[in-house]
Amino acid sequence: MVRLVGVDIGAVATKVALVTDGTLTASHILPTGVDGNAAARRALRKLLETNSLTASDIAYTVSTGYGRRTYSRANRTVTEITAHGEGARRFCAEARTIIDIGGQDSKAISLSEDGGVLNFIMNDRCAAGTGRFLEVMSRALRVRVSGMGEIALQSQQPARISSTCTVFSESEVISLLTNGRDKRDIAAGLCESIAKRVSTLAKSVGVREKVVFSGGVAKNVGMVAALEKELKVKLLVPPEPQIIGAVGAAFIAGRLLGAEPKSTILGTVGEVPVRASPPDCFVRGASEPTIGRTF
Amino acid sequence: MWSDLGLNLEKHDVLLGALGKAYGDLFMAQKNRPKKMEYYNFVISEVHGLRVKELVERKKAGKKVIGAFCLYAPEELVYAADATMVGLCGGADFSIPDAEAQIPRELCPLIKSFYGFKVGGTCPYFQSCNLVVGETTCDGKKKVYELLGEITPTYVMEIPHRTDTPQARALWLAEMKAFKAQIEQLTGNVIEKGALKEAIRLINEKRKAMKRVSEARKASPVPISGLDALLVNQISFYDDVERFTKMTNELADELEERNRAGNGVASADKPRLMFSGCPMAIPNWKLHSIIEGMGVPVVAEESCIGSRYFTDLVQPKGSSVDSMLEALVDRYAQISCACFTPNNERIEKVVQMAKEYHADGVVYNVLQYCHAYNVEAVKVGRALKAKGVPMLKINTDYSSEDVEQIRTRVEAFTEMLRPS
Repeated sequence: MVRLVGVDIGAVATKVALVTDGTLTASHILPTGVDGNAAARRALRKLLETNSLTASDIAYTVSTGYGRRTYSRANRTVTEITAHGEGARRFCAEARTIIDIGGQDSKAISLSEDGGVLNFIMNDRCAAGTGRFLEVMSRALRVRVSGMGEIALQSQQPARISSTCTVFSESEVISLLTNGRDKRDIAAGLCESIAKRVSTLAKSVGVREKVVFSGGVAKNVGMVAALEKELKVKLLVPPEPQIIGAVGAAFIAGRLLGAEPKSTILGTVGEVPVRASPPDCFVRGASEPTIGRTF
Repeated sequence: MWSDLGLNLEKHDVLLGALGKAYGDLFMAQKNRPKKMEYYNFVISEVHGLRVKELVERKKAGKKVIGAFCLYAPEELVYAADATMVGLCGGADFSIPDAEAQIPRELCPLIKSFYGFKVGGTCPYFQSCNLVVGETTCDGKKKVYELLGEITPTYVMEIPHRTDTPQARALWLAEMKAFKAQIEQLTGNVIEKGALKEAIRLINEKRKAMKRVSEARKASPVPISGLDALLVNQISFYDDVERFTKMTNELADELEERNRAGNGVASADKPRLMFSGCPMAIPNWKLHSIIEGMGVPVVAEESCIGSRYFTDLVQPKGSSVDSMLEALVDRYAQISCACFTPNNERIEKVVQMAKEYHADGVVYNVLQYCHAYNVEAVKVGRALKAKGVPMLKINTDYSSEDVEQIRTRVEAFTEMLRPS
């Protein structure tokens, strides 16, 4: 058995994925906190424990994400752009565009037919259009960030949030609340404001179907709806959208392992084939389990 | 000497301390540097020492020092009048708070930096100038020169924004003559044909030496790092012309020798990146240090501090002063700054350079709020794409807050060029 690990150390969450002989067999997500290396080690320990494995069972580890270089046990690092490209196409071979909204960044990636990265763009500097933005706004609205999407979908008349700056938007939300505006309308307005910003980003690399929406923010159903409306395409959301980068890193680990000199490796793995996915790669809200999925 | 220049000594010490540390970390730590880089190390160690002393001594002998910010200031006329030209400081974050106390934040960092150096009194070159030459290449500079003129003698050349009309050509020539008159008035020397011919030769020789260094970078493996080559370009703006030309020719000799031996500074399997866009005034080493920090070499700079400075020489056109002024116009009008419209020559040059330097990709630098280079990136990117060369545009300033984001983008770009 060849076990590969991908570790995605994001600004907010750290994700680990275990791929065993081409099958995603386990994953774990926990908050990054202040120490990315410690978070990655904790997440991996948890992953190994639940699967009755030890560190020596892992053939190769690739880390990715904002904190990729802090993880001392990675064999190699790869950027989150390359990792997401690889991860998305493992879920959906027809993926040509990926929109990923994480805790501190948002990005759009354009993929070629063979899965290579053709072009990409990331947000500049500020937190507008990221998970952090939603987190700040949910505090201002006094709703849980996980419930924000649901209430946004209930709005009949989304509020207009004119600013994309996190700090200014927060004051805007507070004044809307003071003026008695319904929380549902404000939540929907916030989703629209992010969707506008992110879709501009995505259009600059070119939006070609199929479009995969990943990252923690893809769990927000209000965001999915707002982004679909803005881009006028159907978005494919993986069952666990937060682990795409980690899954991609694990598959890249397989490729790098195959390229290593034999004397230094614990096992061998060939090129894992990308299977053609069903026409509807994954349906939002479907009960299909992620773990155990064979690629 | 320092207090005579009106330098803010306390602040200046802080600047030099930071500069010395950055130089050690970025330049001295590089492996297998060409031996001839020792000269440039020395120049940097004396950037605010011996060179300033030389200028002060020239001034004591009655000579004039002209400061400039742009390639369009015709330095041949300055040297023909026995004056010296220096490029002024404008590449450091350090001086920006001094500027932002007076001028808007929403300006390119280069403008804020140079204005900050003057109002903060922290650039000895600025303090040594008898005259500052500005130019109308962008709106931000134009308006800041008005303010600069209130605190130091400033002369503004009007640069046409078209190259393809007879009116533009007439304006170039008229401006060239007006600048000549201005320099003659300042120095008290009338520019004679012999002196102008000699000055043209002097500057041509300097550009030729720099071109040799650049040509050597076409080899694989590349014989000199992008950081070192950038430094040579940056130093060219303020070093003594004859000494610089001599040392740069020696560096070129060494690089050519390295190429014959196949001795390079980067692994030949790494992608080769070309730099294009806004200038990086000293000590702006931000993008080069990020790129080369991951072992990826920068092989050329299509920039004012780079190819735009040394590519074109003044071609002889006759021996009268008037015909030499025409020859100067011919040469200066060829520099493809993004302030021109249309500017197809630049786009063709970028594509051509990418090919000649075997670039796998182009990193396009936009200094924040530089609309001309930012918008022109659309056409440059399109033209490169048509030739199969990907481009990554980075919009940034001199601060360090976005270094990690840029590092991720550049790394992803190199992964895209060379998939694992």
